[in-house]
Amino acid sequence: MQELLQYLFSGVTNGAIYAVIALGFSLLYNSTELINFAHGEFAMLGGLSLVTLWAGLGLPLPAALILAVGIGVGAGFLFERLAIRTVRRPDPIVLVIITVGASILLRGVAMILWGKDSHSVPFFSDHAPLAVMGARLLPQSLWILAIAAGLILALRAFFKHSLTGKAMEACAVNPKAARLIGIPTGRMNLLAFMLSTGTGAVAGVIIAPITMCSYDMGTMLGLKGFCAAMLGGLGSLWGALMGGFLLGILESAGVGLFSSGYKDAIAFILLLLILYLKPAGLLGAAKIQRF
Amino acid sequence: MSLKPLLPYLVLAAAVVLTGLLVDNFYALQVLIFIGINTLLALGLNMLMGYAGQISLGHAAFYGLGAYASGVLTVHCQWSPWPALAVALALAAAVAWLVGLPTLRLSGYYLGMGTLGFGMIVFIVFREGGALTGGASGLVGIPPLTLGGVDLSDPQRYFFLVWTVVLGFMLLCRRLIDSRVGRALRAIHDSEQAARAVGVDTHRFKLQVFVLSAVMAALGGFLYAHLIGFISPESFNFMVSVRLVTMVVIGGMASVWGALLGAGLLTLLPEWLHAFADFEMIVYGAILIGVMIFLPQGLTRGLIDAYERLRRQAPGISSAP
Repeated sequence: MQELLQYLFSGVTNGAIYAVIALGFSLLYNSTELINFAHGEFAMLGGLSLVTLWAGLGLPLPAALILAVGIGVGAGFLFERLAIRTVRRPDPIVLVIITVGASILLRGVAMILWGKDSHSVPFFSDHAPLAVMGARLLPQSLWILAIAAGLILALRAFFKHSLTGKAMEACAVNPKAARLIGIPTGRMNLLAFMLSTGTGAVAGVIIAPITMCSYDMGTMLGLKGFCAAMLGGLGSLWGALMGGFLLGILESAGVGLFSSGYKDAIAFILLLLILYLKPAGLLGAAKIQRF
Repeated sequence: MSLKPLLPYLVLAAAVVLTGLLVDNFYALQVLIFIGINTLLALGLNMLMGYAGQISLGHAAFYGLGAYASGVLTVHCQWSPWPALAVALALAAAVAWLVGLPTLRLSGYYLGMGTLGFGMIVFIVFREGGALTGGASGLVGIPPLTLGGVDLSDPQRYFFLVWTVVLGFMLLCRRLIDSRVGRALRAIHDSEQAARAVGVDTHRFKLQVFVLSAVMAALGGFLYAHLIGFISPESFNFMVSVRLVTMVVIGGMASVWGALLGAGLLTLLPEWLHAFADFEMIVYGAILIGVMIFLPQGLTRGLIDAYERLRRQAPGISSAP
């Protein structure tokens, strides 16, 4: 029982992180029908920026958090402007390769800037771990859940109650119609990019204290976040949440039941299963979006 | 086939024979062998990406399957390499068929992600395979090749072996592209729906070319394993799959020579610029992005286009009929 609860805690914590990353995939896919293979790299950028800003430069935590996420947003802006908008033939295969190229580029830049070593940052607060029915719950897990919940509420408010958010949703539903009624779709795509990479950076920032941050941490995070997004249904924000938590909990159950070596395979087996059985995802729309 | 289209291949064959006879530097031969193996891999992937328009981000899995199947059989079961090769190729074909059956129904990003997921699973199996695959530290003691009593461990002989295989597959692919199958594949590349509308069994053709490219990758893996004598999972990870895609894209999709050019360039690039070491990833990424933005059809096509433009601007220079 106690062990089960422990696995559940770690599953929910990881699940929240996968959910935030999956959210970024779905945000971008909704507006641009693009999958950013470099998404995990923005989480890495967020995490390593926090290392430098908070642990390195000694900025106060809230300022460091905001700046680190801002770096993710800014990098997303540059990425869209320099590498996506300039594409002459936006075939899917071309865009896939560009985002793959960007992920390698970002990893390379991070390796030069932060070196090959792993870095760590302290927990956001130094409370002692809570004991819940004999299982240990790290305060950082609560931080992760709280920040993830806050992000989701903020995004929901943005889409439901702000004009810009509604305009973005209109672009996602029908870009042509949105352009006809005067919504600047190009700018909305850029905004979607920045929001998406920003949420990626949030994931990197909240995971930083419970993992080691290194230049190559993003690939696995991105891939698993994508698995989570697919699981719930690409493009569906609630699906991203559900997929994230489901993946986190199943993974942690897998570690308990089998071995930790095969832990990483769980996400990909789930990905293949969902691709074969229900490509639209558990909560996805009935229409299978191809591009 | 008349002789004229064969001419470039004869030139290449002559170049291979000359190089093999003249070069006796161990390091240079090793690099040339690697170019050959990478050409084989890029050629197979190019058939899939360039002609059938299907992306694979997990091709290193088949490369690894070929290497590990042959490695495990020769090391643990003391098989001779040649029957092991047959098993390795059959295994790669069977796996490709099984995986391709559902995966190739997807397209675009979904296909990319599906193949990526498959590649990751195979990589994890190599890494966690325990005593069978040697785990993360790899499999040692893979025997060198002998053919009819001739020891092929000599780099010069291995060079001829690899490049004979490469030339053979280049010709095979060329013939395939010019055949009915090739036309069907290009039709799929341009529009799958249109191809289906005129009666092309798109799923079957995609599956066939997927199996072909997997078998070619497995053959590359076999050649790699018995050259080095040691394999580890890291030689077949996601980055290797990406590198293969890069070779195809840089060289030029839908071009047999593009595979050679891409494989040659990307094998030589790190060798030329050793100072590069830490910047390798940045350069890789930048090249990928740059080529896709400015020459989305790759260097081969881009160079041909540039040449044609020059010719049109200066008609006096090359007015030969």
